Amino acid sequence: MKTKWHIQLLVYGIIVLGALAFLFPFAYMIMTSFIKGAYSLPRPKEVFSVIPNLYNYQLVWSKNNFARYFLNSSLVTIVSMTGSLFLGCLTAYGFARFTFPGKELLFRMFLLTMMIPGVINIIPQFLIIKSFGLVNTYWGLWLIYIGGGVVGSTFFLRGFFQSIPKEYEESVLIDGGGSWRIFWNIYLPQSMPAIATLAVLSFQGTWEEYFTALVIIKDEALRTLPVALLMFNDKYATNYSWVFAASIIALIPTVLLYIIFQKRFVQSGFNEGGVKG
Amino acid sequence: MSIPVAGQPKSAQRIPAGVKLKKGMQQWIMVLPYIFLGVLGTAVFVIYPMIKNIIISFQEYSIMPNAESPFIGFANYVSAFTDPNNKVLMAIRNTFLNVAVTVPINWFLAIVFAVLINIHFVKHKIVFRTIYYLPIITSWIVVAFLFRFLFAGGEYGLINFIFYKQLGLFQEPVNFLSNYWSAMIVIWLFHIWKTVGWGVVIYLAALQGISKEYYEAAQIDGANGPKRFWSITVPMLGPVTAFVIINLVNGAFNFFPQVYFITRGGPMDQTQTLPSLMYLQAFKNFNFGYASAVAVMMGIAVFLLTYSQMKKFGNQRFL
Repeated sequence: MKTKWHIQLLVYGIIVLGALAFLFPFAYMIMTSFIKGAYSLPRPKEVFSVIPNLYNYQLVWSKNNFARYFLNSSLVTIVSMTGSLFLGCLTAYGFARFTFPGKELLFRMFLLTMMIPGVINIIPQFLIIKSFGLVNTYWGLWLIYIGGGVVGSTFFLRGFFQSIPKEYEESVLIDGGGSWRIFWNIYLPQSMPAIATLAVLSFQGTWEEYFTALVIIKDEALRTLPVALLMFNDKYATNYSWVFAASIIALIPTVLLYIIFQKRFVQSGFNEGGVKG
Repeated sequence: MSIPVAGQPKSAQRIPAGVKLKKGMQQWIMVLPYIFLGVLGTAVFVIYPMIKNIIISFQEYSIMPNAESPFIGFANYVSAFTDPNNKVLMAIRNTFLNVAVTVPINWFLAIVFAVLINIHFVKHKIVFRTIYYLPIITSWIVVAFLFRFLFAGGEYGLINFIFYKQLGLFQEPVNFLSNYWSAMIVIWLFHIWKTVGWGVVIYLAALQGISKEYYEAAQIDGANGPKRFWSITVPMLGPVTAFVIINLVNGAFNFFPQVYFITRGGPMDQTQTLPSLMYLQAFKNFNFGYASAVAVMMGIAVFLLTYSQMKKFGNQRFL
């Protein structure tokens, strides 16, 4: 079956136009980040004729502390991602493979909290962290990120855990292993694709989290990248080439992760994770 | 051990209450090591905050140590609606506008792009899908910088440069963010550009999930391209469309970074939504009681909205 050439042209025209609409702003941003000494709004002509260089990147990275903020964000994100995944797996396993009185009720209560946007909890969460004396510490951030994120990851993983055939457990039971062994040797390895997907989501969510970080962290040296970025923007509002150089540095880890997991990610997002939940 | 789950409830009816209680305790002891931390975390950082929010909303809350926070009844709620600047009413109005404007456009673009990319002769489908998904993986803050830059006032903001300098469609350079409607348009464009890729990816996955056999059968019956589209593709996409629209509505209902990073609610709090208003009232003006009242009202509204949708589409369990 051959489609007429003008229909092909029309279809390609529309989707290429769409692709350009998404790509062009990024390209414009990257080109702007190459402009040296842009203290006022750079003219579009300057932007289009710029020669690629890393001048602003070096400036932002070393002189404006972005190396520090990058490390801060890495520490915050890696700890809270690991913690969320571990806690999510444990809790999901508990809900997927055990029967206990009140389980349905408890799980429904979990679900109910998912319907209410997390933003509205920021005020009381801040007060709790304050009463623990953990304002201005990463412990405060980790507790909120991990504690507040369990429900979502439990919900996401439970579906996968339930789909693992029970026959797999028998080999462990025959060897005399208990529920821990089943968890470590069967459930975790069997759900690696789901856990990897959740890891990427969790990484992105924490890496770019701004509102909680702004409220909890007061010390300039402890700031995470998103907060530092916004402060930097407020300080050098018109120096877009610096702001964009810093922004691109902040984007690199997430983009890299997505490129690595790209194929699995986009496919599994809906088909596996969604329907079975 | 715990394997024959399905048989237990029936036999439980004949077991005396004491034994049943003991069994329940044993089951809890078994599961507790796994769920204890998760339940504790949720109780402390999700459920308790919700209750605490309701309490604060009835207080004149002070953040200062040792300061009193007297209960003042519904005063916070009353002041939310009697405020001479109508901030809350403005925020509610904006929320409805955000849904009404962005959901149809977002949905339409998503399905059109997905269907076109999925057509059999289109090559490099994965490349297109990745490009369309790029804004989703970019952080809200960075995209907000980008949009503020493109829509910058003065003749050298790119949009002004194109529409004023090059094409002459604007009478003068527009100061997008200092007028209500132009600021709202920037916020909407920002939201649509940032999120449309999600719908495209969901629809692409759904389209690829439709079995080719249907199309082959229809072709044997002599159905042409458009006929096959309307009688196979469209009905098969029904449940996914429900899922996509529910999520788009929820997304548009909860504008927060969209407003906070682009206009910070300005000009004069006109572009606020409930979340951004709440956040700024709490952490900029330290008006915690008022902010909590806004949060509680928002929580109830979102809950009712989501709950009714879940009831309607609950059996499909997409969420």
